[in-house]
Amino acid sequence: MKQKRILIVCRRPPYGESFAREALDVAMASAAFDQEIALLFLDAGVTLLAKNQQPETIGDKSLEKQFAALPLYDVNELYVDVGALQQYRLSQTDLSLPAQPLTTGEITQLLERSDIVLNF
Amino acid sequence: MLHTINKAPHAHDCFDACLRVCGDNATIVLIEDGVYAAITDSDTAQRLCSQAKAVYALQPDIDARGLSTRIAPQIRTIDYAGFVQLCCEHPTIQSWY
Repeated sequence: MKQKRILIVCRRPPYGESFAREALDVAMASAAFDQEIALLFLDAGVTLLAKNQQPETIGDKSLEKQFAALPLYDVNELYVDVGALQQYRLSQTDLSLPAQPLTTGEITQLLERSDIVLNF
Repeated sequence: MLHTINKAPHAHDCFDACLRVCGDNATIVLIEDGVYAAITDSDTAQRLCSQAKAVYALQPDIDARGLSTRIAPQIRTIDYAGFVQLCCEHPTIQSWY
């Protein structure tokens, strides 16, 4: 099977909806099948990367810790929307994972060079 | 690249999010409530036409919402078969929902 470049776009916040968890499941399953995976944290999805999430307070499990496990699955290509970081007042040091900041134009290029784009 | 938008433009951020990053080589298909972006003389229709390479709207969704006579002339309408055709022609599809 030819390896495809899969881009998983995370566009929603971590709790309240199950999109982020599903994105994570797809990322880990694809990585287990040796696919080339990249994740893009776009729009409100940048909030997934915020440190110090304490979802126990709302009876939920930490997605921060699960996303932090991505490098263990050899998913190291992480990108984050610089404009959205600014909107949510997040700086690189507030993030739980090292994600490469991308401008709008760079995001367009990333989308265009992916074979499969999955939006969550 | 083919982009689909299925939410009304002012009720949800799909429309803006798509237009921000889709680039000028994009083909955009408006489906479900996304067809509200195609209303003639609207800002949204104008933005779509000035930015994307091609814009389509799904006729059954237009008709269902009473918009049959209110679609901007630059936006082409397609039926389900046309939608399938577009999907086949584009190797990559990004759904904004």
